[in-house]
Formats: sequence, structure tokens, C-alpha cells
Amino acid sequence: MAKKKECVAMLLAGGQGSRLYLLTRQQAKPAVPFGSKYRIIDFPLSNCINSGIDTVGVLTQYQPLALNDYIGNGQAWDMDRVFGGVTLLPPYQGMQKADWYKGTANAIYQNINFIKRYDPEYVVVLSGDHIYKMNYGDMVNFHKKNNADCTIAVIDVPIEEASRFGIMTTDDNMAITKFQEKPKKPESTKASMGVYVFSADKLYKYLEEDENNPESDNDFGKNIIPTMLAAGEKLFAYRFEGYWKDVGTINSLWESNMDLLGDKPALDLHDRNSRIFSKTAPRSPQYIASNGKQINSMVAGDSEIYGTIINSVISPGVIVESGAVVTDSVIMSDVIIASGAKVDYSVVDSDCIISANATIGEPKENGKEITLVGSGVNIPNGAIIPAGAYVDNDYIDANIKS
Amino acid sequence: MSVVGIIFSNIHDKNIPELTKSRTMASIPFGGRYRLIDFPLSNMVNSGITNIGVIAHSNYRSLMEHIGTGKDWDLARRSGGIKVLPPYVTAFANSSNSLYTTRLEALIGINEFISGCTEDYVVLSDGDTVCNFDIKAMVEYHQSTGADATFAVKRQFAAKSSKGNFGTMPKNHLIIESDDSGRITDVASYTDSAVSEYCDIYMNICVMRKRYLEELLYDASAHGYKSFYRDVIAKNMIKDDYRVYNYNGYFTSIDTLYAYYFCNMDLLSSTFRKQLLKSEKRPIYTSVQNSPPTVYKSTAEVKNSLVADGCIIEGKVENSILFRGVKIGKGTTVSNCILMQDTLTGENVDLRYVICDKKVVIRDGRLLCGCERMPLFINKEAIV
Repeated sequence: MAKKKECVAMLLAGGQGSRLYLLTRQQAKPAVPFGSKYRIIDFPLSNCINSGIDTVGVLTQYQPLALNDYIGNGQAWDMDRVFGGVTLLPPYQGMQKADWYKGTANAIYQNINFIKRYDPEYVVVLSGDHIYKMNYGDMVNFHKKNNADCTIAVIDVPIEEASRFGIMTTDDNMAITKFQEKPKKPESTKASMGVYVFSADKLYKYLEEDENNPESDNDFGKNIIPTMLAAGEKLFAYRFEGYWKDVGTINSLWESNMDLLGDKPALDLHDRNSRIFSKTAPRSPQYIASNGKQINSMVAGDSEIYGTIINSVISPGVIVESGAVVTDSVIMSDVIIASGAKVDYSVVDSDCIISANATIGEPKENGKEITLVGSGVNIPNGAIIPAGAYVDNDYIDANIKS
Repeated sequence: MSVVGIIFSNIHDKNIPELTKSRTMASIPFGGRYRLIDFPLSNMVNSGITNIGVIAHSNYRSLMEHIGTGKDWDLARRSGGIKVLPPYVTAFANSSNSLYTTRLEALIGINEFISGCTEDYVVLSDGDTVCNFDIKAMVEYHQSTGADATFAVKRQFAAKSSKGNFGTMPKNHLIIESDDSGRITDVASYTDSAVSEYCDIYMNICVMRKRYLEELLYDASAHGYKSFYRDVIAKNMIKDDYRVYNYNGYFTSIDTLYAYYFCNMDLLSSTFRKQLLKSEKRPIYTSVQNSPPTVYKSTAEVKNSLVADGCIIEGKVENSILFRGVKIGKGTTVSNCILMQDTLTGENVDLRYVICDKKVVIRDGRLLCGCERMPLFINKEAIV
């Protein structure tokens, strides 16, 4: 067994994802369910294995229980390897000091010994917050061909949205000439996807320098990349064309789920050439009864659909009772939607009970805000949850029961 | 309580030649995402049995592929776990150099596996026992009575048809007669029993001390017996203490293509689904294939059907079972059908009472029609 890997991936999965509110109360953002039977982290992990990268360090920090449990030994992604495979890397206590991960760069810095064990030529740094299918191998080849020190994947975004991203300016050969983090007046539409390929020795060098700089925020976008650029290292932008979405907000999470639907979905999960793997519990097939309709929807696992589902993404273990109507919604696992209940333009987290004749949200065409129901909430009979509400048990106590 | 499980995978292959042409009885696909062996395997695992031998005779490629390392049943273990036991043929085999032909010979053939087990008890089960059965309770009952062997039975009505056939009587199963204390007094096969009343059907699941089984096999080997039930069990019945254990849940014997069809259709009833597949304490495990979710396009219209993951549905589906990865094209109608994994139907296809084996392709505009008593069977990988 070779004691060397050409490429090691480091997956930043410690983020809280505070703009997902109730969804990330108990779990880190990469563990948030997506697309009926997946979690967000399935995408970068599957991309790795589909790109031939079988050695991945997953950096966890915020609420890691769900993530640790989910990833396990990595077998679901074919990453249970004798040498390599997936390794969970939480912050740890050292001889001199014990630190939480202070920033993205510091998280990698603290695990340099993990990377060095595999003596890689290239290190791929990924974030666990995006939904996309990408072959990192192609990007590594691009990096090699340019003899680059760092390559950053970029995607074209509309100019009006460019100020939300890290924006690259490049020359004709895609060499990066300027990098602006969330610029007010963007010079280009090439936005960083948070996917980096580093030549390993350069990564070690700049991480160590960054660590010794007390002024630094220890962040890739804010510190490492500008420092490398200023030092005259060879940085290239790798153009990615395809589906990519940051699912950092309830709205974008909902939109990305909806992108799985339609006659020609923007993101096709059924493409057998780029399969997304996930850890699946043993569940029976789904049952679709006679009295409902299923229009443009996605269902997984052992859900039982007696009612009507329209433009919705339904996770395993969900029961939609007769007469219930779910429209334009994302329903996570083991939710019960009782008869006569109406769910419109909402995201409902797992283990909720929507009791009979309750109304959640308003039809999307009314133009109101999206509604969110947190995990394990029991919505009483006939309750009306207005559009835009973020519902947890406290909300029910304060607004419904009184 | 330590128990080793033994499963017979090729038993009854001849009953459904259509489905066992290229696979064992135990690896026949069932209920959208299962294989028949998932039931005895899960029943054993759910009862704490972690050492299981699967006796294979022939055609066992699909069986071995399905089982893999056994991890999906939590049976990839350092000690114990699951082992497929193929027939043992050596260069110095008997003159005819043939494989074993009976259950008894199969058991004698795995003598080494049995004697190597350290467990006290052994549970023998056929590979096609579709039921959600608490084996642990049966073993505990067996211990409490002090019997030499205990046989699981299901009380069923055996109706005699006008031609003298027992219409609802399973072909693969013995009838067991017992006294009030549950002690077995006689066994009969359906052909020589003139009953048309409730009787105890043997479910082909039994438990005994491992030591006792070894003695039976030793004795059978010395006497050159052929049949486990006729020569061994029936002969010892008077001398030894054999008991019945009554099971009341869903059980059906799959002994014809028609029975296979109906057993699948039973899963459209939520009662049977709950009993068989959705037991909280005893889930049925199967191999995980990582299919994407099923998509119902805007033209889909599905009624009373069981649908596995990975399907893309653009047409109408009614009273049917769809396995993983089935595609139903636009304008297509599928009613009362079983479509196995990766069946593709084109546009404007009409299927009624059809069973498609795996990877069948039905071209645009085809009309295929069986009937309730005789569903039309389409071979694996056929292009129609």
C-alpha cells in the first residue's frame, strides 16, 4: 500500500449556518437535509470520490454530533479505506495550547500533520455549504498544466449579485490579477466558489506565515489569497460551468430543492455518471394511494402519500394523509401531515406533526415570505401559521396555545 | 442464548422456473426493493443471530452479489457474520461427481460449518419464508418446553377444490398435526391429506440444539437417508419430543408465479405492509443501492402503488409494484403490474397484469396484457 496520496481534500464543515435559523439549531450546516434523501455534505463528499480523491479530512466544530454520526467510517461514500478514507477532524488540545478553529485557514493549519501523513502534492480545500456536482480532478489537472501555486474555482454570477462573493479579476490566461472580497463595486463577475487547489508546499508555507501574523483573521478569502497574490505567487482561476448554489439561507435552500424538479431539472440527481451518495437507513418503498395527486414532486424512502403533493420535495418517512395538500414545499423526514392540512411555500424540518386542518404559510403566488417549521414541532388542530413565520415550540406556546 | 442460523437458498427453485432461471429462490426480487432472503436474514438479525450460513446449490451469483459482505444486515463481522456455503465438490468426489440433491445431503455437506460453530442452538430456515417473525421468541419457547426440536406453524384454511387439488394449499409445506400440549403427532404433505379445514402449515423454520442436529445428521449419514423431513424428522417423531410454535402474523408461501404475484400485491394493503415491512422493532434490511429519490413529473398519475426509489414517472401507474430505477414514459399506462429494477417503458405503452424481470425495455406504443390468474411474464433484459 503506497504511503502517499497525490491529492488530499480538506472539507470545512464546522460552520454554524446561522442564516438557516431553526434548521441549524441542533446540527452544523453541512448536515442539513437536502433533496429528499441527502444532506448538503453528500455533495462535496460524492464529488471527491467521483473525482478519484479518496482521502478527505472533514473539519468539524459547531454541533458535530449529527455530522459525526452521519459520516461514520465513510462507507456510504466508499471512503472506508485501509490508507486514506474519510477522517473527522474536530479541534483538539495540544501540548502548548487548545484552540477552537479561529478561521478557515487556522482550521487547516491546526491539521497540517493530518495532511503531511499522506505527503500529497496537492491539497483541495472545500466548503460544506454548497450544492453542486464538480470533478475536482479536472481542476487539479488545470492547476498542474499551469504549474500554479493556487487555483480557485470561479463561476459567473450576475453583476448585481457579485458584491456578495469573493470576486476574481483575471488576464486572458485565467491568471488572477486581482482579488476582492465582497467588493462594493465588482470589477468582474467571476465569483469564488470556495473550492481551492493548493500546491502542498505553498499551502504549508502560507499557513505558517499566516499563523504567525497576529493581525490576521486566519481566513482563506481575507488573508491567505491576498497575501499569496501580493507575494507574486501564481494564482489561477478555474472556470466552472454547471449548477452551483450556496444554500446559506432558507430561501436559497428552498430554491435549490426546487431546482431538482421540472421536466429538465437544473440539477439532475438521476444522472448515473455523477451519482451523489448518501447514507441510507433501511426503509421500505413508498406507497402512493388512490385519492391524491402527485404533480412535479420528488419523494424518497417509505413515505405514504394519501393526499396531494404539488411542486414539493418530500423526504423519507413522511405521511401525507388523505385530503392534505402540500404545495411548493420542502418536507423533511418523518413529518406527519394530517388530513385537511394545507402546507404552502414552506420548509418543514423533520419529525413535525401538522395536525388536521392546520394551515402553514400562504400560496407562493401571494408573494409573501417563506415559512419555516423547526424540527419536532407539533402544530395543533386547525392552527393557522402565517406566511414568513419561523415556528418552534416557543412560537406555538406564545401564539397558538394562548 | 446463542443461536446460529442456516438458510437454504435454492430450495423450491423449481416452483417458479421463470424467476429462478438465473437466480436462486432466495434471491428473487420482491416488494419493490427486497429479495426473498431479506426476510429470513432480517428475522435472524432482529433476533440477535449474528452467525449465519447460507447454503447455496446453483445459480448463486445474484445471491452472492446481493449479500456482498453482509454489511447491510450488520453481518460483516470478525467473528461470525454471514457466509455463503457453496456445494463442496472435490477432485476425489463420489463416482457420479454430482451435487447434492436434498436438504439432508446439503446439511451433511456443511458438516464442517456446523461443527465449527460454538452456538448452542441452530435455527434452520428456507430462503423464501416471507414473514416478519420473532425467532427469539420461538427459541425461548423451545427452551421453556425442553423439546428436542420446535417447528414454526401457521394455521391456515386448506380448501379442497372440486378437482381434488387444494387450491389455497401451499405446495412446499407440510401439514403438522399436534396434540393439545403442542407435541407433534404426525406430518403429512398436502397430496395425502384429505383435509379441507384449518390445519397447521409448517413454515419451514425450525429450531433445535446444535448437538441434536449433529446427532441426527450423523445417524442419517450412517443409514444413507435421503430426506430430512421424511427419513429423519418423521422417523424420530414418536421417540423424540417435537413441538409446534404458532405464528399469527403475515405469512405466505411463494410456490407459483401466481402466488408470487399475489404476495407482492398484498403489500398494497397497509395492514400487510405494517405487519411485514414497517415493524418498528423488526425492520427488514436489504442491500443499499443508493438510488436517487423518485420523481413524479407533472404528467404523472399514480394510484394505489408501491414505488421504490430511483424511478422517474411521467405516465399513469395503478395497482402496481415498481422496483428501483423504473422509468414510465409519457402517455404510458401501467396497471396491475410488477416491474422489476430498471424496467424502461417508452411512450404510449399499455401494460396490464405484466411481470417484467430486471432491465426489460418496452418500446413505444406496445400493448402487453396478461390476466389476473395468469400474469404475463417478460424475461430479464428482454426488449419488447
